[in-house]
Amino acid sequence: MKAAPFDYRRATSIDDACRALSEGGDEARLIAGGQTLVPLMAMRLARPTLLIDINGIAEMSGIAIDGDHLVIGAGTRQSDALGSEIVQRHLPLLTEALSHVGHDQTRNRGTIGGSLANADPAAELPLIAQLLEADMIARSVESTRTIAASFFFESAMATALAPNECLTEIRFPLWREQKTGYGFHEVSIRDSDFALAAAAVQLTLDDKGACTRLHIAIGGASPAPMRLGEVESALLGTNLEDRTLHAETARLATLVDPQGDIHADASYRRRVARVMTERALQSARDRAMESNP
Amino acid sequence: MSEHKVTVCVNGNDMSGHAEARLTLVDFLRDVLGLTGTHIGCEHGVCGACSVIMDGKPVRSCLMYAVQAEGHDVTTVEGLEADDGTMSPLQDAFWENHALQCGYCTPGMLIAGHALLSSNLSPTDEEIRHAIGGNLCRCTGYQQIVEAVRMAAEKIRGETS
Repeated sequence: MKAAPFDYRRATSIDDACRALSEGGDEARLIAGGQTLVPLMAMRLARPTLLIDINGIAEMSGIAIDGDHLVIGAGTRQSDALGSEIVQRHLPLLTEALSHVGHDQTRNRGTIGGSLANADPAAELPLIAQLLEADMIARSVESTRTIAASFFFESAMATALAPNECLTEIRFPLWREQKTGYGFHEVSIRDSDFALAAAAVQLTLDDKGACTRLHIAIGGASPAPMRLGEVESALLGTNLEDRTLHAETARLATLVDPQGDIHADASYRRRVARVMTERALQSARDRAMESNP
Repeated sequence: MSEHKVTVCVNGNDMSGHAEARLTLVDFLRDVLGLTGTHIGCEHGVCGACSVIMDGKPVRSCLMYAVQAEGHDVTTVEGLEADDGTMSPLQDAFWENHALQCGYCTPGMLIAGHALLSSNLSPTDEEIRHAIGGNLCRCTGYQQIVEAVRMAAEKIRGETS
């Protein structure tokens, strides 16, 4: 359980990190919180020859509002985002999701960008990024580019980041409609574990209670977090009554094709995904109705 | 592989040693600095036995390399006792409540409990369970651990002697 030997250097800026990454070749890796990479190295599932430490780069962390976006530096600690009043006020869905990410000991080191760049299929942060169509800002020596979440999460533990790119910032779109609500539900074996299945919803109602905007996504039941466009289309324009939600979420039986593992088999995950989706829709609807203009 | 001189402020004292890049902080604490109070359990971030306080917050010392702790403040279980060597109220409460059996998880549980009580002296049982949620007790003696943390909070608040 000891990592294979490697060289270590501390990057002093994003430019410095990108340069080191490009000079370091294929086996160079960035390390931020290390809460995923260090275990992978301990098990020798990852054997980088050079670790470039991006902890302590001030420009990598921070939380701010920029117009209609919540902007979070990739190096921001999960615990700082969880405790952030800005996040709580503008994107309470993210606060709720973060409370399910690991526990204090891992959130105090783990970063927002690290969880996204590792893209565990059952992780909460990729699910929220996928749900809200967040933009990932990636930098290399040559360029800076924006990657939409729908392109970013390619498969389990695989993203669109090139080996020489550093994820620097995540931009979450904010919904400014008055009657907006969110829901997040997951089932995991223990509180802090990855979800067996998780569902997140954000939606907007009009004055008559009809749904005018709706995003639904699930995690843990597919190789990458997945939007449920078919269910969204079926529910848009309705009043999201319980029986409608129950009927339409039945589509998950054919929409999702989860992998079974030692913790839960595929049919269980499929059923849980449906129930979590139904509950997340109910929570989001109820919150939207309570939000007074 | 690179080797580094590492200086960490451990329990209030600057301590230095040499560390290969791949040496984890917990191995550095135990094998280089001789502080064997912190235990190594799973070595991949699941069990919490290696928890230490870094810069005021609990972290897993098996999930960072020693070189990354350069210049940081670390408190290990050895740092919980009073200056005269007497046990802290939390350590006392563990002893009184039989909150340790084999002892493997104990340093991590103490660190997790200490971190909780540093910010919350009136935790509910649910908050206590949440705070030790990242720590596995292989003897499954969780109930006594929860009771010990609860009693420690009472002691520190001055409600019991």
